[in-house]
Amino acid sequence: MIQRVLSLGRRGCDVLEALGRSTLFLAQSAFGVPSREGWYLWLRQMHFVGVLSLAIVMVSGLFIGMVLALQGYTILVDFGAEQALGQMVALSLLRELSPVVAALLFAGRAGSALTAEIGLMKATEQLTSMEMIGVDPLRRIVAPRLWAGFVALPLLTIGFSVVGIYGGYLVGVEWLGVFEGSYWGNMQSSVAFIGDVGNGMIKSMVFALVVTWIAVFQGYDLIPTSEGISRATTRTVVYSSLAVLGLDFVLTAVMFGGFS
Amino acid sequence: MKRSKTMELGVGLFMLAGVLGMLFLGLRVSGLTFNMPGDTFRLEANFANIGSLKPRARVTMSGVTVGRVTAIELDPEWYDARVILELDAELEGRLARDTTAAILTAGLLGEQYIGLTVGGDPDMLADGDTIRDTQSALVLEELIQQFVSNMVSD
Repeated sequence: MIQRVLSLGRRGCDVLEALGRSTLFLAQSAFGVPSREGWYLWLRQMHFVGVLSLAIVMVSGLFIGMVLALQGYTILVDFGAEQALGQMVALSLLRELSPVVAALLFAGRAGSALTAEIGLMKATEQLTSMEMIGVDPLRRIVAPRLWAGFVALPLLTIGFSVVGIYGGYLVGVEWLGVFEGSYWGNMQSSVAFIGDVGNGMIKSMVFALVVTWIAVFQGYDLIPTSEGISRATTRTVVYSSLAVLGLDFVLTAVMFGGFS
Repeated sequence: MKRSKTMELGVGLFMLAGVLGMLFLGLRVSGLTFNMPGDTFRLEANFANIGSLKPRARVTMSGVTVGRVTAIELDPEWYDARVILELDAELEGRLARDTTAAILTAGLLGEQYIGLTVGGDPDMLADGDTIRDTQSALVLEELIQQFVSNMVSD
């Protein structure tokens, strides 16, 4: 019995310690003095996590917008309200689907790769060698990746929304025959720029920070063996997906739940 | 560090696409317009019952959108709803003093909006004036009640 309580306490201490370490880690790596060199490193990471994730995010956005329009149409047409298709597609994309689905895809596409990359650097003692020659691996390796993820995911989310709304237009207007004017007009009268687009962007920035933070911390903090790398990569995807979905509920409750 | 031009170009295009996407969301999806404050003028209208009229609802005249509802508040003096309208500046000084405002519904279950009908008074409404002649929203429950009481009395 005592042993159980003891191991529970040890587990709790471990969790708290990891939280503390990761917060220190975030603070140390995010706020370095930017240099010309750091700018190029950031650019390189932007290319890797942003530009190369563009294809998967855009294709998913297109299909999700098309499915939304198709499903929404079959429900709305029963009430003779298929004119409201535009606002349904736009609001569900801007408020919920774009930030969440883009963050989940980003965690799978870029987050796992960041963890594996940094983890392998640690396993092959590249990070230690950097420290030996006087280069801070937090600033050289971690900071550009953190900032690139933080900038790239909101941009990807915008792209997701735009492509999704256009996908909804393709299915709803071009295929199912909703009147084009009411698709855009109802959308414009019901979508608020600050309230819907802006809050979606805030969500996306929070997710970007959380996902990249988890990814680089898991890579930096893993046990440097091949098994450790595989476990850390899995943990990155699991933890960031759970964090995104949980935080999404909290943020939605604060933004749209009417507690004000 | 060696940097390749294609990579820089890719990142640049990516960020540009993000900015353009934001513009699309702003202008095309949420219908932002860059109206100067001077482009509109304010009118007030008191209604006995606004139904489910909401801020940002349309104000129309002969079906053409000419403005928006900016605020709805309770008038504590008369216990009715004071609705603040913002109309296009080109209508300023061209609406007769006996213009009527009615709360209408788009379709059977659609959103509610305000319809203006011009009167024949030689005096014109100016910025900040109140529309006196108003017609409240159609509340379905009241209609049903009237219908039922008529049935009973027959």
